Amino acid sequence: MLLGINTAKDGGIMHNQEELILLGHGSGGRLSHDLIKNIMVSAFANPLLAELHDGARFSIGGTKLAFTTDSYVVKPRFFPGGDIGKLAVCGTVNDLAMCGAKPLYLSAGFILEEGLPVVELKQIVESMRATAKVAGIDIVTGDTKVVERGAVDGIYINTAGIGAVLPQADITARRVKPGQVVIVSGYLGDHAIAVLSERHGLTLPAQIISDCAPLNGLIQELLTEVPAISMLRDPTRGGLATTLNEIAADAGVGIILEESTLPVRPEVQAVCELLGFEPLYLANEGKVVTFVEKEDSEKVLKIMRQHPVSAAACIIGTVTDKTAGQVALRTMVGGLRLLDMLSGEQLPRIC
Amino acid sequence: MKLTAEETARAADFFTQAIAKLVKHPVRLMEVCGTHTVSIFRSGIRQLLPDTVELVSGPGCPVCVTPNEYLDTAIAYSGRKNTILTTFGDMLKVPGSQSTLMAEKTQGADIRIVYSPLDSLAVARENPEKVVIFLAVGFETTAPTAAATILQAEQQGLDNFFVLSAHKLVPPALRTILSAPDIRVDGFLLPGHTAAISGLAPYQFVASEYQVPAVVTGFEALDILQGIYMLLAQIANNKAEVANQYRRVVKPAGNEAACRILQQVYQPAPAIWRGFGEIADSGLVLKPQYSGFDAKARLPLAAVVTREPSGCRCGEVLCGRIRPEDCPHFGLSCTPEHPVGACMVSVEGACAAWYKYGQGRWNYA
Amino acid sequence: MCLAVPAKIIKRSEFLGTVDISGVTREVSLMLLPDAVVGDYVLVHAGFAIQAIDEEEALRTLELFKELEQYEIDS
Repeated sequence: MLLGINTAKDGGIMHNQEELILLGHGSGGRLSHDLIKNIMVSAFANPLLAELHDGARFSIGGTKLAFTTDSYVVKPRFFPGGDIGKLAVCGTVNDLAMCGAKPLYLSAGFILEEGLPVVELKQIVESMRATAKVAGIDIVTGDTKVVERGAVDGIYINTAGIGAVLPQADITARRVKPGQVVIVSGYLGDHAIAVLSERHGLTLPAQIISDCAPLNGLIQELLTEVPAISMLRDPTRGGLATTLNEIAADAGVGIILEESTLPVRPEVQAVCELLGFEPLYLANEGKVVTFVEKEDSEKVLKIMRQHPVSAAACIIGTVTDKTAGQVALRTMVGGLRLLDMLSGEQLPRIC
Repeated sequence: MKLTAEETARAADFFTQAIAKLVKHPVRLMEVCGTHTVSIFRSGIRQLLPDTVELVSGPGCPVCVTPNEYLDTAIAYSGRKNTILTTFGDMLKVPGSQSTLMAEKTQGADIRIVYSPLDSLAVARENPEKVVIFLAVGFETTAPTAAATILQAEQQGLDNFFVLSAHKLVPPALRTILSAPDIRVDGFLLPGHTAAISGLAPYQFVASEYQVPAVVTGFEALDILQGIYMLLAQIANNKAEVANQYRRVVKPAGNEAACRILQQVYQPAPAIWRGFGEIADSGLVLKPQYSGFDAKARLPLAAVVTREPSGCRCGEVLCGRIRPEDCPHFGLSCTPEHPVGACMVSVEGACAAWYKYGQGRWNYA
Repeated sequence: MCLAVPAKIIKRSEFLGTVDISGVTREVSLMLLPDAVVGDYVLVHAGFAIQAIDEEEALRTLELFKELEQYEIDS
């Protein structure tokens, strides 16, 4: 397959260029999934990787650990509500939390562009220090490389993290069952909109900022009080729709969302309408989606609503045994339609 | 100024029940505008209608109805030295004969997404030593914005800004559909925003000459339900008129200032539509006094080799002759990630919408 | 072909206006709607205001949707 052009056997469009990586491969949607599955997962093949959760979990000498990594290339590197440094710490801390682990140690690898102002690097590193403190973790090892002007865009950061899996946690797709409810911890799309608005000539009111935040404190309390929680995931790239599709496929269940319950700020909705985006496909960096039995949902909501990061938590859907592997949306007018995973990246449109 | 979730659900319920009562035999309604197609899918409206009401997509996707030659020309320009292409995001992934704008961008061509054609003028000012070509595609809603941009470019004395124009007009395509003996349409949902510009007059012939009912409709789910209701009420009462559901935006005379600006810069000309062939007076070309902004007139290019994708049946989908799922490629060799034709990858292409929203491969049991 | 959003004009300077949609602001061109004034609700498409929104009609539509059983629908 080539650059999105089909090579149907009956003589569709032919090509003779080599296959190249597209921006769409990094969007977290179907293109990304296929790339990772077909190239990385198939090459590295092993049972720990096969789980494909936010991190790998394994035991060493009787201690269950979680291990994860992520790279950060966000542009602009400073945005309302945070910067690439804060994102780099939160992202990995949160992935460990999604594994049901208490995050302990992070590594930080920096790739710096020749010409990056040192004062910016200092700001970013200070952000990481402050965020690590809030999250209660230590950055214990790292690396720094400098490349020529133009080889990277300012600064790229990779963080890897290790955490201790909480004894009460059993986060796995196998435990997601029909009848459970789906809870999201707050407003959707804030991060993506905070990051891309400037690029599109839009001025946001001051209250719209990235939701980037460490969630490990919240999740630790949730798992301690409600060990029945079967699944946790943070809806980052590809948005909530993509995350739920992954879970539905992994668990072999169907999920039905109620459009009238989806929490989206009016300002975020406005930007989406202007540019032609859909909030369900926008990245979040401080949200968690949780699956739990109906009878435990009130308890989960109570705990969430007491934390500032999840004050707007609400139930948005249920798990069903129909339409296994797929996610459906019941719309405001009562229609029930398929909610697919993101394909490539969302582009602003006028049609 | 909004309805609550309960009010919306109640209103929707009223319309769906009223619609069910009105329909006595199978009817085929055409949603002309691609934005209507997307809106209908997003709200799940098809699932609310009785099986006897068939909603068929029409030619209202400006990218889909533009033949490959336009894309191939744009791609050829993107390879030109010292050239910047500006385009709406809608065009990026559409396949030409050999490539897409996205693919060219990946390989280094300077192609920039703009939200407004005016953004191209800023690019032109900031890059005086380069040539900026704006891909001017769209119907009556968008064409005036391109025309206004050209007037601004003239005022600003820009000599490095050009347009590659492929604007089209909706009414002539409707006339072609109405005249085709093998296409049956019992009623039209007319595009609310093109009518906001052109007014109702250009659409009157649908009722007066062909005795087919038509309703100019807005884009919210309730607008569309009301529009469908109004169409079915006309059909049930054997009436045929052009009604206006979208009164808060569509005035009978349209936007006269926008029409004047459009007529100042553009004039009608024959145009080729994928699936229809050539339709008289259905395209817009720059008037001679503005030919200085015409990329094709001022920037020479080697002849482009164009091939329509073999086996692609986009053309038949666009005039409502077949449904996307009737095409043998649909969902198999033709998907949004690997499209054969424009309809599968354009944001509001009928095939793309059908695929994305599960029609033809998903049924909630 | 018609993604357009209702917005309120909050500032105007010759042919440039600033519109507000739920608190989000953007500059738009008023070349296609030269008679628009601050306070008007307009439809925004591709960076231009393309038509004024008739507030009375908008309210009428809203009321209609709210009270459907009691109103007669135009046919």
